[in-house]
Amino acid sequence: MSDSDVPLISARGISKSFAGVSVLRDVDLDLNKGEIHALLGENGAGKSTFAKILAGVHRPTRGTLSLNGQSVEIPNPLAAQRLGITLIHQEPISFPDLSVAENLVLGRGEDGWFNRVPWAEMTREARRQMDQLGVAIDVTRPMRGLSIADQQMVEIGRALASDSRLIIMDEPTAPLTPREVETLFGIARRLRDEGRTIIFISHRLEEVRALCDRVTIFRDGNKISTDPIDSLNDADIIRLMIGRPLKEYMHKHNASIGEVALEVEGLTLPGRFQDISFKVRRGEIVGLGGLVGAGRTEVACAIFGIQPAERGVVRVNGAPVDIRQPHDAIAHGLAFVPEDRAVSGIFRTLSVEQNITAAVPGKIAPRGFIRRAIEKLLAADSVKKLRIRLASVRQPIGELSGGNQQKAILARWLLADPNILILDEPTRGIDIGVKAEFYDIIGELAEQGRAILLISSELPELLALCDRILVMAEGRLTAEIPRAEATQEKVMQAAVPRIQQQAAA
Amino acid sequence: MNIVRSILVRRETGIAVMIVLLCLAVGLYKPQFLTLNQLRVILLLVPLIMIVAMGQMLVLVARHVDLSVGSMLGLSAMLAGMMFRDMPYIPWPVGFVVAIGAGALLGLLNGALVTVFKLPAIIVTLGTLNLYRGLTFIVSDARQVDRQFVPSALKSMSQTSPIFGIPWIIFMALGIVLLAWWFTRHTIVGRQIFALGSNPSAAELRGVKVNQITLLVFTISGALSGLAGIMYASRWGFVNPSNTGAGFEFQVIAAVVIGGVSINGGVGTVPGVMLGVLLLGCVAAALPLLGIPGTAQGAIYGAIILVALLIDRSVRQQGIASLKMVRA
Amino acid sequence: MSTTGAPTTPAAAMHEAAPARPVWHVALVRPETMTLVLLIVAIIVASYLSPYFLDIGYILRSFTLSAEFALVALVLTMVIIAGEIDLSPASNMALSACLFAWAQASGIPMPIAIAIGLLAGLAMGALNAFMVIALQLPSIIVTIGTLTLYRGLAQIIAGDKSIRVPDWFIGIDKVMVLGIPVPVVIFIVAALVLGLILAGTIFGRQIYQIGTNEVAARYAGIRTRRIKLTLFLLIGLVSAVAGMMTASRLGSVRYDLGLGGELQMVLMAMLGGTYIFGGRGTILGTFLAAWLLVVVSTGMTVANLLPAIQLTVLGVLLIVAIIATNFIYSRTQR
Repeated sequence: MSDSDVPLISARGISKSFAGVSVLRDVDLDLNKGEIHALLGENGAGKSTFAKILAGVHRPTRGTLSLNGQSVEIPNPLAAQRLGITLIHQEPISFPDLSVAENLVLGRGEDGWFNRVPWAEMTREARRQMDQLGVAIDVTRPMRGLSIADQQMVEIGRALASDSRLIIMDEPTAPLTPREVETLFGIARRLRDEGRTIIFISHRLEEVRALCDRVTIFRDGNKISTDPIDSLNDADIIRLMIGRPLKEYMHKHNASIGEVALEVEGLTLPGRFQDISFKVRRGEIVGLGGLVGAGRTEVACAIFGIQPAERGVVRVNGAPVDIRQPHDAIAHGLAFVPEDRAVSGIFRTLSVEQNITAAVPGKIAPRGFIRRAIEKLLAADSVKKLRIRLASVRQPIGELSGGNQQKAILARWLLADPNILILDEPTRGIDIGVKAEFYDIIGELAEQGRAILLISSELPELLALCDRILVMAEGRLTAEIPRAEATQEKVMQAAVPRIQQQAAA
Repeated sequence: MNIVRSILVRRETGIAVMIVLLCLAVGLYKPQFLTLNQLRVILLLVPLIMIVAMGQMLVLVARHVDLSVGSMLGLSAMLAGMMFRDMPYIPWPVGFVVAIGAGALLGLLNGALVTVFKLPAIIVTLGTLNLYRGLTFIVSDARQVDRQFVPSALKSMSQTSPIFGIPWIIFMALGIVLLAWWFTRHTIVGRQIFALGSNPSAAELRGVKVNQITLLVFTISGALSGLAGIMYASRWGFVNPSNTGAGFEFQVIAAVVIGGVSINGGVGTVPGVMLGVLLLGCVAAALPLLGIPGTAQGAIYGAIILVALLIDRSVRQQGIASLKMVRA
Repeated sequence: MSTTGAPTTPAAAMHEAAPARPVWHVALVRPETMTLVLLIVAIIVASYLSPYFLDIGYILRSFTLSAEFALVALVLTMVIIAGEIDLSPASNMALSACLFAWAQASGIPMPIAIAIGLLAGLAMGALNAFMVIALQLPSIIVTIGTLTLYRGLAQIIAGDKSIRVPDWFIGIDKVMVLGIPVPVVIFIVAALVLGLILAGTIFGRQIYQIGTNEVAARYAGIRTRRIKLTLFLLIGLVSAVAGMMTASRLGSVRYDLGLGGELQMVLMAMLGGTYIFGGRGTILGTFLAAWLLVVVSTGMTVANLLPAIQLTVLGVLLIVAIIATNFIYSRTQR
């Protein structure tokens, strides 16, 4: 029948810019009924932006969408929902105080404020929905306390309850255990076989290969290609994604490796991480890899005193130190560039100047009173050294681009002249050009004899920059891989939680 | 399995146990506390707080707070009282319409300021707390509406009883409680208030009409304060521009938070709030019997608010702990 | 890399950062300017209503009636900039003054009685700080609780009676320094000191940083708890001082001393352009707002308006002030 030949969604010339910065350019894409379609690309390639346009989170700057051959507007998420498009977020958005059943039905556009809530029917329906998905969740319990996998299942259930034709999964597998991933894939395949369309966004090639029918690759805001997955091998995909060999923009400086600067022994915070021990030497870049949620950031936070560990020893230059708060860590020559810039990095409405000098009060105010001249000098110096692009050091940092904000945060810590630098996903969400600058800076810092602990989810970044790579899974260190032996496969193998390895064995 | 709900259940049983223990303790010391007459005293103390507390609960569940309830009560009572005094030809039940309508309008203004200008409710209602009280003086010319002007039919609602010697106003309060229970449990909009308080941004994404609901909860809080205003006239027989409803907000907030409504929004039950109000009533009734001067009441309400905050916090921590266990 | 990197066209480079605002815009488009303009307008209108307003002595004498609240409002400004709020200072004033008056009336030597009052103020600040910082409860609700509690305790201590203070203690507002009443002098000196601290020291700088983003402040090694504790203790202590100044002015202490003062304090901070969500505001703004408020309320008294109407005006002013402040900040922040 010709009806099934009409693509479910046809996107033509979709473009999007934020504040004048173009993040998506003229994307044409057809999504067929009954297919699982992967969107691949590096961070910031535009795949998530495209997905969010389909889900009504963003509106395109230009371009048209049609659904079943009919032109449609998707002004907001609710409209998307009504058209049968559901976006499932990585960490699902839910109402923690309401029951699972209520979470399933809320927002289905019930009419009439004073209509009766059909508790019994709702619960029965929800139970049926969960049974259909093959998951055992008590639908009368509140959402609060459900695991992320279960929350995703509830989201999928919600998409089915409203009979969604297009389900977009944005990196759904990152926080899941392998077994949960298998369950998710099983359900996804079943939905496809029912004729629904699924968009699957992931970084993991093997998952894409296992699940998807076709793949579209994005790079720097452009759609590069759409092909059946079988017609591409991994090398092709990587080539299309990055457009150039990795080596070109990543190179390790030759720093001489010296004494142990940071040593961690038996660090434990129950429920977060267990028995973490490692050393970082001067001039050494040590990578810390693993899946999201493996406990890497928590370890960094514990070392830096943001949430101290319950047991274990931290030694700085050989001497045990007691770090109860970040202030102590700074006094011991540590610095920490956190993962989430907006939440724990910048003071958005304050000047770039103030942001840069925030960690060195003693330098700008020798006797408690701030000396503007010193402050200005330090800030201007950092701006020059790190090539921060701005109009004035007096402007609010919120007006800068993400990459330049991140540089300012790095500048803040370099002013403190740390011996030990912990970087948590330092290049997340910044564009490729600035990324390369960061890699150069990190290399230079190691050359200056600083010890660097680099947390990153991007394997190529770890492989290219680090002298050693530590890998965490489920709160434990699972591997320590020297540079010479490090491969993507080895790191991934260690990053995958143990339960699956046992299951596989 | 059903962790949070079982905590909530325990919260309600907890308050009930506290009420029983308090009554027994006071009763052992002063046996007359456990008489039917004393029950009547307690029951007559609580209807006003009970009604206003139901509105305050909705406001708190939606992650706001309404400090102006006492002033709205005073102003609506004053308007109704002045109607009784200056327009005696109007049938007295119209006073209910006037008071509830006035309260609803005042509450609507609170809600509008909060939603249109995106202002924190606490500052807005701190402003209107004073604004409405000032208006009460202005409209009344700073004069009290004396006993002889309040219709005796209205006053008798607090004394005569349809059944069991329980006065009318208690049944009215009970009616409001039932209505509130039905509203929060069984209407779509009632559940949406909880959704909004539980996760405002998600509520917006799911098409919950956040602004309308915010307006609604403030309007309800105002309307119920207005109802309490006319019942004040019934209970005490006069309306005074400076006393009527003054300081009422603290009693109401104390009752609501001790009743288990979370200041973080999204959590709260009508039975819990009802028990919280009763507990407060028992305390208020016990004080004079124990020889504690009425002047101590303020301090006790303050202490109750703080204690309730501590309980709220420990309950939340249990919630977080259980979350950890699930994830590990 | 530079050959293959992302295109760094001039257009893209321009988008790296929005252009900075011109200097005059930064200097003039701010809430304090609004406060100053309003103050000038108020003085002109008031002097039109009554020639008294051209007499600086009259304005100074009127200011003594609000000086205590204004003094506390200066510290409250810092608390609000740090992202917290304290609604309990007016009750704190009553309780510390009651304790002080009760102590000296029961024969305790005056210096010790004063110390008791001041320590009580500190202790009340410490209780607020404990609940907010250690137990991480929202200060808004905590201080509503302590607002009720402190005044309730004052009522227990003083009952319905007023406690007299010794004659020599009475009349701080009648003592002049260079022709200026002492409470006004205290206010001006406090404004200078606190203004200098807030604008010129690291302590002040970190208050803004905490109020802008507390998490980031902590990550940057700022001891957020210590700074907040200092602020809560300071506002407790200053409230106690203000309570005793009020006792001296009135000559006796009742439990309802300073009743409803929290409105005026919050109002002064808001009128002065302190941002209710923290991170913005100045001592200068609150300083100007205090004078504005005095001129307005004295003007209303001169114009023979009922106190109740003044209450209404204050309530309206509070709401208008936050709306205006929010508007100005949203304009200057992109």
